[in-house]
Amino acid sequence: MINVIGAGLSGISAAITIAKCGKKCNLFSVQPSERAQSVLAEGGINAALDNMGEGDTVEEHFLDTMKGGVFLEDEQTIKDFTAAAPDIVMKLKALGVPFHLNGDKIAQRNFGGQKKKRTAFSKSSTGKVIMTALIDEARKYEDKGFIARFPHHEVIDLSISGGAFCGVTVRDIYTGRTAEFFGATILCVGGMNGIFPEVTTGTTQNNGNVQSIAFSKGVEFSDLEFIQYHPTTIAVADKRMLVSEAARGEGGRLFTVKNGKPWYFMEEKYPVLKNLMPRDVVSRECYLAIHDGQTDGKVYLDLTGLPEEVKRDKLSDLFEEITAYKSIDPSVTPVPVEPGIHYFMGGISVDKGHRTNVKGLYAAGECASIYHGANRLGGNSMLGAIYGGTVAAKTAVDENYECAATDNGSHELPFGYAERADGSPSFNKKLRDILFDGLGIIRDEKGLISSLEKVEKLISETKNETEMARATLGKAMILSAIERKESRGAHYRADFPEQSEEYKAKSTAVFSGGEIVIKFKKA
Amino acid sequence: MAIFIEILRTKNSDKQYFETFLYEPFGDGDTIATALKKLNEREELKDVDGKAAEKIEWECSCLQKKCGSCAMVINGRPRLACDAKISEFKGKVRVEPLKKFPVVCDLTVDRSILFANLKEMKSWVPDEKEAIINGKEIQYESSRCLQCGCCLEICPNFYSGGKFFGMAAGALTSRLISELPKGERDEIAKAYKKHFYAGCGKSLACKDVCPAGIDTEKLLVNSNAVAIWKRKSK
Repeated sequence: MINVIGAGLSGISAAITIAKCGKKCNLFSVQPSERAQSVLAEGGINAALDNMGEGDTVEEHFLDTMKGGVFLEDEQTIKDFTAAAPDIVMKLKALGVPFHLNGDKIAQRNFGGQKKKRTAFSKSSTGKVIMTALIDEARKYEDKGFIARFPHHEVIDLSISGGAFCGVTVRDIYTGRTAEFFGATILCVGGMNGIFPEVTTGTTQNNGNVQSIAFSKGVEFSDLEFIQYHPTTIAVADKRMLVSEAARGEGGRLFTVKNGKPWYFMEEKYPVLKNLMPRDVVSRECYLAIHDGQTDGKVYLDLTGLPEEVKRDKLSDLFEEITAYKSIDPSVTPVPVEPGIHYFMGGISVDKGHRTNVKGLYAAGECASIYHGANRLGGNSMLGAIYGGTVAAKTAVDENYECAATDNGSHELPFGYAERADGSPSFNKKLRDILFDGLGIIRDEKGLISSLEKVEKLISETKNETEMARATLGKAMILSAIERKESRGAHYRADFPEQSEEYKAKSTAVFSGGEIVIKFKKA
Repeated sequence: MAIFIEILRTKNSDKQYFETFLYEPFGDGDTIATALKKLNEREELKDVDGKAAEKIEWECSCLQKKCGSCAMVINGRPRLACDAKISEFKGKVRVEPLKKFPVVCDLTVDRSILFANLKEMKSWVPDEKEAIINGKEIQYESSRCLQCGCCLEICPNFYSGGKFFGMAAGALTSRLISELPKGERDEIAKAYKKHFYAGCGKSLACKDVCPAGIDTEKLLVNSNAVAIWKRKSK
């Protein structure tokens, strides 16, 4: 029996793969798959299908991914990842995902950091419709007895001994009862947006606790300094709402007002890819435009000139959403946007087979750091989640890991009532503010050291285990950013503005003997 | 402007009572979801009379109408808390759990019947080599169903545990009914007839309350045409 933690895109892909191999799994999640963060994914999924007659190739998808990630990842891993994409998208189609079609072929749109139309989509709700198809597919294997769903269960502890995984303790949120499940476990718990409550595009249930527990138990993390700020987000109550990159892929233009006139800064500065430069570049330029003393201090996304067909057939859902939450009709009025935290390139270190440094523990999806380097390309996240979940599952099935017998020799502890206190909202917000100050779009040593001192003080003031684990993971993010004394992808240091060959390596962070150790590991 | 929020609370599955809280919105965009979140973040939660109150149990996830988690009954109408702006209500609002599902605690209900019913209906592609994708609106609309349960709450024909599974099952399976070829869809069409067509009184109240704005009537008409009258999918 394999345990899969998290029922979003990577978790459900892992569960389906395990079932297809004829093995059984437990699928744990805080809420059912329908509520997972994956349903928020909007613009599409990349695959070099070459359906738009532009001569697209897997090789170009590979190169764009490497370049977008600023050459941090292992080349062969990215070759395999991009080579798998066309088959993944065709399989989704076969499961009934209603991709937008061009004739009888899947249509593809432009996305950031890629010259060719490579992103398959379904309006601006691609994550939702893919999840619907995969949930149905998982249901088939649930009916056959291969997948056991635990849809209101949260992880409260991970048991690791001598570098090997023993078990995961889960709590039934509805009854309060807890139990430990032993054996191989795949973490598919999403990004670390929960460490930054209310200022990201993510969900509230994705609270970052599992990652914090894993880190505090010695699981190695990497590239924690690379946080993706999406250029176009809007503040709504308690979160940032994403305005899909598809809006620019379909012709949307960014501008600010300078000396009383619109200034299309992306088009002026980047005449080739213009508004579709990789997200790290666009977000930085938006930040600079907002803080340029001669502008009105705002950035707008102009969708007024989009063809009627695009508004009606390709982005109608996005237009409705903006109108509903901001009372702005984007077909008439440019939409004020700002960069906001959207994705974590960093996460749990995994090898090509998605193994962590702990035997029997695997990780996939946004919580794993493997495909996106210093900056993820739009359209590669869902691909990474599906591909990663599939690879992790195959590895886990092949390795058939059995954990050492427990003290009482049992592999099924009965449900009990162990507790783990949540972090308090006020602590979580203090931590968020400290990290947010240091880990902005533009960073420097002074700001990072100031955040480090504050986070250390915060750690010294709490005795709550959850709070301490969260702050320790946050401290590792700061330390990783301090140690990378260069600018690369989403990590821009005002005091080290150049890219340096010396740092062409993934950073790693391990919590060991009460200390966080940061190192650099060449691909 | 401050608002009184009257919440139906349930503890230990049987004890039910209303508790009222005074809430001062932080901004124009505040919703019932914002209010519930902020009330729970108070150092000490007290009701309007200053009496200590326990944390309010409720579920939420995306806060932008895309996950269906925070469905509840607001002033008598099933809807998503993240879609119910405080500014809509004048001075007072009543918030209750969905009533067609067992209450776990306060506003949290156990909606597992939704998924059990879909399993019963065999809502999946039997053989992925055979699915027909025409990229049409029906498949897209159906795929957007949130499984929030609002349509079941308002439906005069649905009750939990009954043979009629309601629009939550009808909407989701319309994707498969429209895209599977004859032969492949026979089982799901049969299940549709038994668990949807036979029980639907066509009040179409579901269409009025669907938070995703799904045109449930269009899905129903298409599924009836294909599954019952053996006509072609639109």
